[in-house]
Amino acid sequence: MNSLIFSTISRLLVGLMLLFSVFLLWRGHNEPGGGFIGGLVAAAGIIVYGLAEGPGMMRKLLRIAPQTLVLIGLLTSVVSGLLPLLQDSSFLTGMWLFIGATETEKGLGLGTPLIFDIGVYLVVVGGVSGMVIALEEEL
Amino acid sequence: MEILLSLLVGVLMSVSVWMLLSRNLVKFLFGLVLISNVANLIIFKVGGLTVGAPALITDGGSAEYANSLPQALVLTAIVIGFGLVSFTLVLAHKAYQAIGTLNVDEMTLAEKRQDPADSEKSS
Amino acid sequence: MNGLLIACLLVPMMTAALSFILTSDVKSRGVISIFGSIALLMLSFILLYQVASGGPVSNQMGGWQAPMGITLIADMLSAILIVVTAIVSLCVNVYAVGDISRDRIAGGFFTFLNMLIVGVVGAFLTGDLFNMYVWFEVMLISSFALLVLGGNKVQLDGAVKYVAINLISTVLLLTAIGLLYGLTGTLNMADLFIRVPQVENQALVTVVAVLFLVAFGIKAAVFPLYFWLPASYHTLPISVTAVFAALMTKVGIYALIRTFTLIFPGEHSVVDTTLLGLGLVTMILGVFGAMTHSDIRRILAFHVIGSIGFMLLGLGLGSALAMGAAIFYMVHGILIKALLFMIAGIVGKLGGSFELSRLGGLYQERPGFSMVFLFAALALIGIPPLSGFWAKLLILEAGLHHDAAIVITFVIIASLLTFIPLMRIWLEAFWKPQPLESGPKIVESLDSDIIVVENGSVKSAVPLVVPPNLYIWTPVLGLSAVMLIIGLMPGKIIELSDTAAKTLIDPSAYIDTVLPNRSAAPGNLNEVQK
Repeated sequence: MNSLIFSTISRLLVGLMLLFSVFLLWRGHNEPGGGFIGGLVAAAGIIVYGLAEGPGMMRKLLRIAPQTLVLIGLLTSVVSGLLPLLQDSSFLTGMWLFIGATETEKGLGLGTPLIFDIGVYLVVVGGVSGMVIALEEEL
Repeated sequence: MEILLSLLVGVLMSVSVWMLLSRNLVKFLFGLVLISNVANLIIFKVGGLTVGAPALITDGGSAEYANSLPQALVLTAIVIGFGLVSFTLVLAHKAYQAIGTLNVDEMTLAEKRQDPADSEKSS
Repeated sequence: MNGLLIACLLVPMMTAALSFILTSDVKSRGVISIFGSIALLMLSFILLYQVASGGPVSNQMGGWQAPMGITLIADMLSAILIVVTAIVSLCVNVYAVGDISRDRIAGGFFTFLNMLIVGVVGAFLTGDLFNMYVWFEVMLISSFALLVLGGNKVQLDGAVKYVAINLISTVLLLTAIGLLYGLTGTLNMADLFIRVPQVENQALVTVVAVLFLVAFGIKAAVFPLYFWLPASYHTLPISVTAVFAALMTKVGIYALIRTFTLIFPGEHSVVDTTLLGLGLVTMILGVFGAMTHSDIRRILAFHVIGSIGFMLLGLGLGSALAMGAAIFYMVHGILIKALLFMIAGIVGKLGGSFELSRLGGLYQERPGFSMVFLFAALALIGIPPLSGFWAKLLILEAGLHHDAAIVITFVIIASLLTFIPLMRIWLEAFWKPQPLESGPKIVESLDSDIIVVENGSVKSAVPLVVPPNLYIWTPVLGLSAVMLIIGLMPGKIIELSDTAAKTLIDPSAYIDTVLPNRSAAPGNLNEVQK
């Protein structure tokens, strides 16, 4: 699409949407949100950029081939599930690390679910944008 | 509300079945989108409707909460349905490009009529 | 606790991911994939040993106790089927290295093949209905990808039909699961065994049972829902057809067996009679369908449908004896179908076509290979002492036990008729002299980059086809050896499938493994049936 306005705005939008997607990913740790929805927002941002600049630029923006991104995400999630096995718990059990925890305060909780969510995020970003790239290149 | 939703499921189901019976692949595709949403609605409905209550509650939060399992199931089903529908869309597009028709009656490349005169190609 | 079940899923999953990420070289991807399937095979044998010695093994995902969390459970049936799946996976992986074209592997063939295996193993292992739906989808999406990978026109045409009907089955399955959840409030299969009899509205339970029957029936290619199978299977590269024919329909049968023994056991005699009737019709129609075709792959595709009928009979009769027969038939059916399709692939490579009228003289050219085909064909037909004989004998025995004269008659008729199409392949492709056709004709694509041009006679077309190499011969010979061993020494497998059948008829061990704290179960739970 050759529109100056759209291509200018899309650059702004893609940054905002990527930022928002990371916020959603983080928020999903304890509240509604998470890797899937975050990944969708990120993918939507990349797609907006791709609509303005063409599928070639989308590939450039992603840097890694979308299929590889999906599989890296899959591996990340699997590894996050495997970590608790070291502790003799079941696969996918949540492991938590509380930073700065005191008697009364819970502190900042970081857990394997976050790693799992990051994996999901990567799978969704790779999957959705890969699909759109394939379609755009086709049309 | 429950009755309304049940009626909606019925209406949508009949519409989607009608569309699925179409010879046009695109109509079939829309029917598919519709029917997978009907299935999601069914799960949502049979899980019981709770109005205005959250599914995630904090310690000592509100006493009223919604059943979160149907929500999780529906979310999973939506994700899978999304993937399947987008795949089918691309497939339909590809098939249209390769075969040149969207009428499923004319898609007979894989199953040629067994005609003794027509022995030039069969696979 | 028990990481073995998880490992059975993760090994193929990691293989799928790593074979794509680590290398873009075609051969290395194949090698990674082969090593992955060898690992899966070893794991599956350990699992079988554990289940055989200590009863069902289970694992609760994420430490959430059943029925809240997702349960993975392997009883004897699952363990046997996972071993068989791993054998097929290994054979097809090796075969694919020699058979699948370069561009398909670059497109991620091995990734999708391994994800398909993940889906199959997952469906065998899960103890949760919704999770089973998810594994079905994993399997389905991978199969879609394999269907269209490097697709030509014919392949896309077959894919449209396959995808359309399977998506409808998916929606039906989802609806059935939703309704069952509404009735019982649980989706854990062991929990469902306890809760379903407590449902007041049993008529609605039957409705849900029928929905499951239709949904899984489509996957298993049961009459009258089988038209997608012969429409699509012969359009695919032979490695893909082999794995589809061997595994995909059998997962449907597995799901039927699981749902109708665990969730809807016994009481619904309407459904049982229906299953029996469908089994009979499917069996006969499969054989008749095979007789009408002249493409080797389509003949075999109809045999897949026919064998589904035999397995349904076992489920429909419903006794431990019949169920054991069905399970033995599944083992035999999965392996023999993979073997026959791989052999058909070699026939296609040697003869340059899958069309019987264009083939011929293979016995003269390759007497050794002809013997392999003859062996596989006789094993499928059920000539003693090969594996098909034992499979059919067990079904007959179960039929005699039930005084089901009609079942016995149909099984014997179907077995005899199976002879005709297979012997036609033998006579036409192997025995008769090579046909001489005049004029350059037909451009048939065996694969996206292999084009066969017939010029005068079939023989002149052969040099244009890649001759079968070691990657192709090894799995065929290996699988033949496995079939021979099963045929000569069926005792151990019959014993295992009988144990599996007993666990199905009396699932108390299964239930206790999933729900260790649930002792207050209905009375019939501990009633041991023979």
